[in-house]
Amino acid sequence: MSFFNNINSTHLDILKEIGNIGAGHSATALSKLLNRKIDMQVPNVKIVSFDEMMELAGGPDNIVASVFLRIEGDVPGNMFFILQLPQATKLIQDLIRDEEFSFEGGTLSELGLSAFQELGNILSGSYLSSLSDFTQLHLYPSVPALSIDMVGAIIGYGLIELSQISDYAIVIDTAINEGELGETNSINGHFFLLPDPNSFEKIFSALGVQTDA
Amino acid sequence: MLDTGLVIKVGIADMNVVTAPNTIRTSGLGSCVGVVIFDQVHKVAGLAHIMLPSSTLSKADNLNRAKYADTAIEELLQLIGKSGGKSHSLKAKMAGGAQMFQFQNGSDIMRIGPRNVEAVSLELNRFKIPLISSDVGGSSGRTIEFDPQTTMLKIRTVNQGTKEI
Repeated sequence: MSFFNNINSTHLDILKEIGNIGAGHSATALSKLLNRKIDMQVPNVKIVSFDEMMELAGGPDNIVASVFLRIEGDVPGNMFFILQLPQATKLIQDLIRDEEFSFEGGTLSELGLSAFQELGNILSGSYLSSLSDFTQLHLYPSVPALSIDMVGAIIGYGLIELSQISDYAIVIDTAINEGELGETNSINGHFFLLPDPNSFEKIFSALGVQTDA
Repeated sequence: MLDTGLVIKVGIADMNVVTAPNTIRTSGLGSCVGVVIFDQVHKVAGLAHIMLPSSTLSKADNLNRAKYADTAIEELLQLIGKSGGKSHSLKAKMAGGAQMFQFQNGSDIMRIGPRNVEAVSLELNRFKIPLISSDVGGSSGRTIEFDPQTTMLKIRTVNQGTKEI
């Protein structure tokens, strides 16, 4: 599709700012929820092949805990919140105060799964509502779907819509992490926002930027 | 590793061909289908990681033939032929086509896994290639590896461990 050729650095900067605002609000929400300090990295906006997209989340074989939302409304697209299993386990243990809970072969209690889904809901909800405020566009997220599975299987699903048009995806990737603890225990999550190809024009025009320059 | 062969990796919407002792693998099949077509006599196997059932869904200018069931099988057969596989001795195995997420508003896109499986089966029929075994459906991702020497397809899923078909 010719649109990908028309993307310039201004557009990428705008998408970066979207990742910044969205994930910023999410990080704040998570920080309040856990009563801990959460840092956010500078968003990464990339045009990637599908295989590269998998690598961003640790490779197609990597098993992760994910929350997936389909966004409908003015700018349809897909959104993923992805955590590595040890970190997801730690996070849910902290949230429900249950040391037994584990995504890695331990007890998968109904409560823990529900907490993870709700967490995904809160984080992506704050991401999307800030995006909606910023752009004045209407976004209607679906009920979040939880999946603990291979990156390839999860992300592959989010690429279906896109794959009919292109072999590349524009991904807005923002990592959030916990500053204080050591690397193994710290939370390091990724938000992937994958707007459908037709959504980019709407995002840019909502923010007053020309696309066919 | 015990055997001396290489593992050839196939990405998403991609395909490749190997000869023994090498094996061929693709990772993280969700709603995608991994189809293996092999010639047991000549120890040649091709694998395609198919994303969508039909190239008529494509709105792209340039078609990636490995992405669609109706173009990938044809292309794969040509590649296998070039590597010494004979059309009369070809057989197939497939895995994937899971339904990763369940949503209320079940549009056609949401049924993409089963549709991919149907489309691949139809294509195999069209070229008169017998489907020996398959492991499709469910709601889990799969990583598959095929060994043209033994013609076994090894399938790994997250919660059910590894099995061979």
